[in-house]
Amino acid sequence: MRGLAPFWSDLFEKFGLMLLGLAVFAAVIGIILFLADRAPKKGRDFWQLLAFVAPALILLAIGLIYPAVRTTLLAFYDRTGNEFVGLDNFVWMFTQPDILLTLGNTLVWVALVPTLSTIIGLAYAIFIDKSKGEKVLKSLVFMPMAISFVGAGIIWRFMYEFREVGFAEQIGLLNQIIVWFGGQPQQFLVNSPWNTFFLIVVMVWIQTGFAMVLLSAAIKGVPVEIIEAARLDGANAWQQFRNVTLPGIRGTLVVVITTISIATLKVFDIVRSMTGGNFDTSVVANEMYTQAFNRNEFGYGSALAVILFLMVLPIVVYNVRVMRKQKEIR
Amino acid sequence: MTDITDKAEAKLDRPLGQKNDPRAARPSRASKAKQSLTSPGATIAAVIIAVIWTIPTFGLLVSSFRTPEEIRTNGWWNMFVSPSFTLENYADVLTTQGASSANLGSYFVNSIIIAVPAALFPIILATMAAYAFAWIKFKGSGAIFVLIFALQIVPLQMALIPLLQIFSSVLGISGTFPAVWIAHTIFGLPLTIFLMHNFISEIPGEVIEAARVDGANHTQIFFRIIIPLSLPALASIGIFQFLWVWNDLLVALVFSGGTADVAPLTQRLAELVGNFGRNQERLPAAAFISLVIPLIVFFSLQRYFVRGLLAGSTKG
Repeated sequence: MRGLAPFWSDLFEKFGLMLLGLAVFAAVIGIILFLADRAPKKGRDFWQLLAFVAPALILLAIGLIYPAVRTTLLAFYDRTGNEFVGLDNFVWMFTQPDILLTLGNTLVWVALVPTLSTIIGLAYAIFIDKSKGEKVLKSLVFMPMAISFVGAGIIWRFMYEFREVGFAEQIGLLNQIIVWFGGQPQQFLVNSPWNTFFLIVVMVWIQTGFAMVLLSAAIKGVPVEIIEAARLDGANAWQQFRNVTLPGIRGTLVVVITTISIATLKVFDIVRSMTGGNFDTSVVANEMYTQAFNRNEFGYGSALAVILFLMVLPIVVYNVRVMRKQKEIR
Repeated sequence: MTDITDKAEAKLDRPLGQKNDPRAARPSRASKAKQSLTSPGATIAAVIIAVIWTIPTFGLLVSSFRTPEEIRTNGWWNMFVSPSFTLENYADVLTTQGASSANLGSYFVNSIIIAVPAALFPIILATMAAYAFAWIKFKGSGAIFVLIFALQIVPLQMALIPLLQIFSSVLGISGTFPAVWIAHTIFGLPLTIFLMHNFISEIPGEVIEAARVDGANHTQIFFRIIIPLSLPALASIGIFQFLWVWNDLLVALVFSGGTADVAPLTQRLAELVGNFGRNQERLPAAAFISLVIPLIVFFSLQRYFVRGLLAGSTKG
């Protein structure tokens, strides 16, 4: 408890800065809207429109559109950003065994995480639908959604923790269970290629709750009459699910799978905090950070960011097309 | 203002911001039909999944109250055999000062200083923009809105390097709170504009038309009608953005400079876990300090949280 005085002065300074920041923001927005309110009658609609959309549009142009274009250009330049190197960065990417492995890992992630999360989430949503304690059961599986990826990483580091046999007692639950059953404890996060799978488990643990909540809402939206009719026709539980529920929730399924896929492609924190990308577990988003910010290879980093964008693109296009179709049907 | 809300809700036949739930109207039949579907096997499977999903977090919580010696030498399940309880770890990670200590008190403050403005700024700017896109007719409105929607797919990674260059060489604010606020605001805008637009465009046109006839201009309509009616949506989306910022690591790593002056909890946790062997007795308590705010928000405001999630994902 010693030396807390600097902490308090620091605290006041920081909160002061926050209040100042909020006040400046409120003042800027207030002045803009005040001026728009008092704009000359002629052309007032135009000035008011500008006041409403300009702040957001300017920020987006400077902070997202310009950077995205610039990153795309940087992908074709060397590490200094001065010399044009054509496709060299991409050639590098597809000839380095390390980076190829990174790309491969990313594909494994995006194949497994959405599939497993959706299947478990859907099964769980059906199991607990209208059961006693549905709310509590839902909260338990949904809770990891509120936790940061870093926090989840720590939670699972302890689950996976490994101790040499005979050297000490296991402190990780999984290895303890293996030992209880008479097996050899494993270095879950070190032994390649299985370590990637154990990182994926963490992401599935987080995303299942998301899938479950959305699918649960969709299941409740399937008209009861149809389910009842199917039941009266003698359909068993599986047939009811297969022929009534599943078609009824198809739209939500697409949204869930695509959303989780995109989140998975961008996964960074879990890999960063659990293995740091070592032991052959790196993924594109992590490698991009390592290249650009740890090694100052801005050309390589930009090229990896572009690859990430190209991987996300088809998923989003598909998502938008499905949503369009559904709107037409409605 | 309440009469406007009432009028709007009467028009929609449900509270604003709430979806029609076709089953809600006939719970009795729904539950009857359901009974045939729930089997004991399904319930057991559900409970097993729930237990598996909860154990990792529960284990960490138990660990955080054990002595450093116990954390190092045996598993948390021994707590049930030889119970012990201490707050030593929490005191250590929160208040001990010094270069090698966790020093989480400062980082906790930083997380709050970062997350509050970074949640407020984007939802206010987004509400303004969303109102314009929904209720002010202008050329190119549709095209610009689609462009903003499309920006959601640009991975953060694409914007990091150039934005950092702007912050450091043009504005000179790299590694300060405003840099992190602005970065989060920008990255949050596409989704928040999209979500707020979904909501604001649902407000019945008659309400806004009536105000216009009474001579109200856009700013007046915005403050007297749009803001009061949007409060539930603002709450949902604000909570969402707050949690997103609180849990973020990537933006913090790039823009905060990484020191105890600005960097948030997630960054410090990532550092601590990077040296797992040396910090393992600190990590359970440290992790729970970072989890406590999200968990409080989650359990007390779950309704809003879920609503925000559904609005974001099931609407076209």
